[in-house]
Amino acid sequence: MTATPAPAIELRGISKAFGPVQANRDIDLVVPRGTIHGIIGENGAGKSTLMSILYGFYRPDAGEILVGGKPVAIADSQAAIRAGIGMVFQHFKLVQNFTVLENVVLGAEDGRLLRPSLSRARGELKRLAAEYGLQVDPDALVEELSVGHQQRVEILKALYRRADILILDEPTGVLTPAEADHLFRILRGLKDEGKTIILITHKLREIMEITDNVSVMRRGEMVASVRTAETGPAELAELMVGRKVLLRVDKPPARPGAPVLEVRGLRMVDAEGVERLRGIDLEIRAGEILGIAGVAGNGQTQLLEILGGFPEAGARLQGEIRLGGRPLPLQGPGADGRARRRAGIGHVPEDRQAEGLIMDFTAWENIAFGYHHAPEFQRGPLMDNAAIRADAMGKIQRFDIRPPNPDLAAKSFSGGNQQKIVVAREVERNPELLLIGQPTRGVDIGAIEFIHKRIVALRDAGRAVLLVSVELDEIMALSDRILVMFDGHIMGERLPAEATTGDLGCLMAGVEPARADAGGGAG
Amino acid sequence: MDFATLIQILDSAVRLMTPLLLACLAGLYSERAGVFDIGLEGKMLMAAFASASVAYATGSAWLGLLAGIAGAAAMAGLHGVASIGFRGNQLISGVAINFLASGLTVLLGQKIFGLGGRTPSLSGAARFGEITLPFADSLRPVPVIGPIYAELVSGHTVLVYVAFAMVPLTWWVLYRTRFGLRLRAVGENPASVDTAGVSVVRLRFAAVMICGVLCGIAGAYLATGISAGFVKEMTAGRGFIALAALIFAKWRPWGALGATFLFGLLEAVANRFPNLDLGFVTVPSMFMNALPYILTVVILAGFVGRAIPPRAGGEPYVKER
Repeated sequence: MTATPAPAIELRGISKAFGPVQANRDIDLVVPRGTIHGIIGENGAGKSTLMSILYGFYRPDAGEILVGGKPVAIADSQAAIRAGIGMVFQHFKLVQNFTVLENVVLGAEDGRLLRPSLSRARGELKRLAAEYGLQVDPDALVEELSVGHQQRVEILKALYRRADILILDEPTGVLTPAEADHLFRILRGLKDEGKTIILITHKLREIMEITDNVSVMRRGEMVASVRTAETGPAELAELMVGRKVLLRVDKPPARPGAPVLEVRGLRMVDAEGVERLRGIDLEIRAGEILGIAGVAGNGQTQLLEILGGFPEAGARLQGEIRLGGRPLPLQGPGADGRARRRAGIGHVPEDRQAEGLIMDFTAWENIAFGYHHAPEFQRGPLMDNAAIRADAMGKIQRFDIRPPNPDLAAKSFSGGNQQKIVVAREVERNPELLLIGQPTRGVDIGAIEFIHKRIVALRDAGRAVLLVSVELDEIMALSDRILVMFDGHIMGERLPAEATTGDLGCLMAGVEPARADAGGGAG
Repeated sequence: MDFATLIQILDSAVRLMTPLLLACLAGLYSERAGVFDIGLEGKMLMAAFASASVAYATGSAWLGLLAGIAGAAAMAGLHGVASIGFRGNQLISGVAINFLASGLTVLLGQKIFGLGGRTPSLSGAARFGEITLPFADSLRPVPVIGPIYAELVSGHTVLVYVAFAMVPLTWWVLYRTRFGLRLRAVGENPASVDTAGVSVVRLRFAAVMICGVLCGIAGAYLATGISAGFVKEMTAGRGFIALAALIFAKWRPWGALGATFLFGLLEAVANRFPNLDLGFVTVPSMFMNALPYILTVVILAGFVGRAIPPRAGGEPYVKER
């Protein structure tokens, strides 16, 4: 036996697959007692799946979980609670029209009648409030509380269940900076009381600010576990994004022409009141590919959605967009996807399965979507299906979409071929401006090369391309200019020839490269 | 209109509202747990048939009641398996139950009794008799209070008292017990219950089965209390009226009492005054008979303030992160 106390949590070889997708692959993790442990990775890296396994929401396909040095089987959330694990989900699991007290008690009642449970909880909440600075009015309805207070209720729920280990999933995503600061004070207080905290985030700044140790996940794997003091944001950003085999795209030098797209002072506040875009200015010229790099979740998605004509519901927008000198409406009538397409903007959305395709419809139908109003596809008041099919067949051949069967449902194609369907549809219309998000996510090497060539060909034909990708190599290989987005604004601009991954990594982490060098520490 | 007439109308209203109240409370349990139930009608019909048949065969209204409850509970179980177990569409499952009950009762009725879907008339112990409460007769001469007690409060079948007792009982269960807290939570945000380590499926099933039992009592009351036997389609849309009353009541037990009383009263007035003479205009009986339905439309159109249904209502619960 070793002298050091057993770690609060130890995972050994955890694997979990959803169908063909390997969400977690052979994960090892050690979280010492009484520490704050950060788990960082991009959206879809498998962080949340891992924590859901720990909380009994999913069962791992393989692997072992040890809590306090003892192996435990966590079959359901009740078992996790018994093992002393509490979880604060990204989307709160609160009953909106219940009081704070009722929410805290729910599922942890003392007996069949409510009154004794409620009065005990009231006393307990008072004690917890005093001890950890978690003040919340126990009789307030949850729906009347601010998001920050609702989060406190979630923490209180866990503490009321005597959790020793607290998992927080992206806790600051919905908080204002002041609320986030308060949360961090609470977390430090909890740590001082001997609680163990696991913080899942994709924000490097939070990791650097509050954690003792940090583990990095990428594509379902745990790629590194280090002491926070011994690393820096640039190194972490690089670990998160990863360096793949060098991509090389043969392309002639760009010959930029007149500006096609101009964006001035674009701001966006989402329905929850969080500012997602904080004043974006950019310009794309004809015959130019502008790449936007950044860790996922820093506003790139919102930018693409606004330009494409489908900002999320309830968003408030401000600023100016011009296409070829003509102003485009930001919202309201004339700002939908169809109007944008008519204005000459093609859009390959980031999430092709949710936004680019209708998975149950056939390939030929999908190849026409968005352009099915085009005059050549009409025959009197009806759609000319024969013409649409013929057009689709042509695109299927030119893009080498396999199997070359236009009658198959979109869902029957592989990821790469699905993407080719979307790219074929948008690129062959020869748009003034092509918006393209994550063009090669989940796409095989052969299709990547093909899609890249078509993007370059479009540029060489004098069109403008806005490329958003979290793959740094893709950005560096394709772009004629690179902008780095961080926290809703543009951190900096680089030319691919003079940019290094370390340099871009710093910008992606929200750090000016010069400052990071001066600060040292980065290994 | 004199006092005696008023008492008679109210008395009639109480009888007519009883099945509505039971069905409304039945729907309340189910919908508060997040399972929409438009199959109240079918469950009541099934219960009415089962209770009348068994009451006729055994000569016992009580055995009839048990059979009615069993019949409605079987239908409720079907709804539960389809919409909770298999996460099917709750509306479709409810519609299926209505059709199933409508067809099955007539088919079985004809096969067993050969009376064109009816059951033979019930009499004696095969029906629930009226209970005279203590002192009803001795208090009758007392002005005002006497007739109210003797005519209105006393002289109903036991099922009427059961229905009225269900109102405070439901309130107490919903707001004062652990089960009630969890039931309300599962209709609002099942994920909150799931993450707390409580089974969503078990809770919802419990709610749906309580719904079945109450529909069973309602159906038995129709066939063996208010009438003397089962007649084809005898529920006559009461399940749907109860649903409207549930919206009117904003899914609250005391509200259910008020809403179903209003509907019962309308029906009673229509029965008493087929052609209501208001002096300047005579309201035809068709209009009076249609009034509960018109009112239902008005309610559903949202003219009585916003009724916010349980947030997770109608949604099968699929576990997600």
